[in-house]
Amino acid sequence: MDRVKRTLAPYLLVLPGGLWLLLFFAVPMATMLSLSLQEGDIVNGFVFTGHWQNYTESLADYQTQLIRSLVYGAVTSIVLIALSFPVAYWIAFYGGKRKATYLFLIMLPFFVSFVLRTISWRMLLTDDGVLFHPLKEAGLLPDDFQVLGTSTAVVAGLVYSFLPFMVLPIYVALERIDPRVVEAARDLYASPMTSFRKVVFPLALPGVFAGVLMTFVPASSDYVNSELLGSSETTMIGQVIQAKFLQNSDYPSASALSFTLMAVLLIGVFTYARALGTEDVMKVAAR
Amino acid sequence: MTTSPPTPPTQAAIEFVSVRKDYVSHGEAVPAVRSLDLAIGQGEFFSLLGPSGCGKTTTMRMIAGFEDPTEGKVFLDGRDVTGVVPNKRDVNMVFQSYALFPHLTVAQNVAFGLERRKVAKAEITKRVGEMLEIVSLTGMEKRQPKEMSGGQQQRVALARALVNHPRALLLDEPLGALDLKLRQQMQIELKRIQREVGITFVYVTHDQGEALTMSDRIAVMNNGRIEQLGSPRDIYERPATRFVAGFIGTSNLVDGHVSWSEQGYAVLEKGPGERVVVPVPAGVEVGRDLEISVRPEKIDLHRAMPANVTGSLLSGIVTEVVYHGTSTNYTVATSAGTDFVVFDQNAHDAEDVATRGERVYLTWAPQHSYPIGV
Repeated sequence: MDRVKRTLAPYLLVLPGGLWLLLFFAVPMATMLSLSLQEGDIVNGFVFTGHWQNYTESLADYQTQLIRSLVYGAVTSIVLIALSFPVAYWIAFYGGKRKATYLFLIMLPFFVSFVLRTISWRMLLTDDGVLFHPLKEAGLLPDDFQVLGTSTAVVAGLVYSFLPFMVLPIYVALERIDPRVVEAARDLYASPMTSFRKVVFPLALPGVFAGVLMTFVPASSDYVNSELLGSSETTMIGQVIQAKFLQNSDYPSASALSFTLMAVLLIGVFTYARALGTEDVMKVAAR
Repeated sequence: MTTSPPTPPTQAAIEFVSVRKDYVSHGEAVPAVRSLDLAIGQGEFFSLLGPSGCGKTTTMRMIAGFEDPTEGKVFLDGRDVTGVVPNKRDVNMVFQSYALFPHLTVAQNVAFGLERRKVAKAEITKRVGEMLEIVSLTGMEKRQPKEMSGGQQQRVALARALVNHPRALLLDEPLGALDLKLRQQMQIELKRIQREVGITFVYVTHDQGEALTMSDRIAVMNNGRIEQLGSPRDIYERPATRFVAGFIGTSNLVDGHVSWSEQGYAVLEKGPGERVVVPVPAGVEVGRDLEISVRPEKIDLHRAMPANVTGSLLSGIVTEVVYHGTSTNYTVATSAGTDFVVFDQNAHDAEDVATRGERVYLTWAPQHSYPIGV
């Protein structure tokens, strides 16, 4: 009896979560996959055809938006590394007893609704808003200066939205570094800059790696920032999918686009992980 | 007896002049090193020995440059290095937890210092190879530190420091994490390597056995000060303070007034026929308070009152008998009022042992009594 229990225990533990995933992840995915292979419209109904033309057509139509999304996602990740590393470094090495407080401050904006935060950015960046109006008045900026509606505004919004997801993993990696290892580098004639380059940074790379995974994917498929801060020039693939689902009721091509995006992101992430598996990342950096 | 440091024969490798170091804790200055004047000679194996918090690690970190003295100066080879950053100091350190670079191979770890000094590639490869041979790690160049045992990591740390031919090697409790057998093996190994490379070793430890085994000289530290500086034999046989007597090995302490003295010996009467005889310098008068230290292995234990005792004699009751293989250790509550520990070599008949509760007589030669602080 005990033996049976022991064999069954792991499965019983997995059961609630497993059922949850099956119901709310696997089933919708299967439905979507089937939808993406259907044809028709909301009035006359959809018929399953098994044709892949939804994929080829929507990819041809929205190639620009898809590539733009990937570029925005990549730029967002790169800007995030540059912004987050110093912050994480400072908290990890100079945070003292207040480390938890500083991390909480980084997380604090999350207690405000995502949409609300983005709308407040919109108010900040608007042409005659609190930020630019005074500067234009003072003649420091040309009258036709504009940020809202540009890709800069969208990427800035994305960077802001995902900042904690880059800071936290880098912080964790830095926090795990034995300070004596850094002292050892100094002891072995490395200047502060060299010991950062040769020891601290390589050891923090697994955190950077995780941070990129956690920001690139959601940033590439985001639709709120571009919707609120961008223009038709900055439309991202997420917006296209959202519009097709909720406004045009074109479920088949929306589903096809979703799967295309998912496939592209998965391939991208796997290639990235293969090319820069953390162990190898450190070896490259140590050279 | 004062403990002014013996002047080293040539230019000191490391010198502290009136060094004080305070740490600020909760807005208050807490002294870690109170007043330090110390000269460590070229090629010396020098140990800083003391309990945790005695200031030994702070002292070592001031040599490495990780701490700066609040007051005073530090010299390396006669050059004032006070305030010089660690990477500009020609000393290297072996850290307590080894602090190997986890992302580098063994060879890369060892080459780190040479690369920073822009040594030619071929030269680096050659010196790393030679160094790994000295620490018996040839063939492990490509290993990652995490794939190695504690003892091997220890050797990598040693090689990584020594390969740079520093003026001095600083070792911060380097054997603390190893098991007893490996530790003893590494003690001999370290001593051998030090002889081979001829570099000054400064060794920080709280393990008195380790310090006694390896050092040319030892500074026993307590509470931010050096209590005694001397050879291992000096420190063991002639402890300058009560602290040293207690910290190094086991000491039996007995105190009392000088009853009478003659020919350089003072006698402390401890009851009918019982006394402690101790050699004293001239000028110790009758009636003076003395504290005397006797090492447990110097004492003979007798089951019957011995005749014709020339040295010290105390009687007592055995309260504890512990068999240790090579020796039997007795605890004896003496008539002098203090407990004595006696190590009795098991050279004689193994059955002839005193038992708990038995009255015994302790004797030892006059020269084995040592007056503390006289």
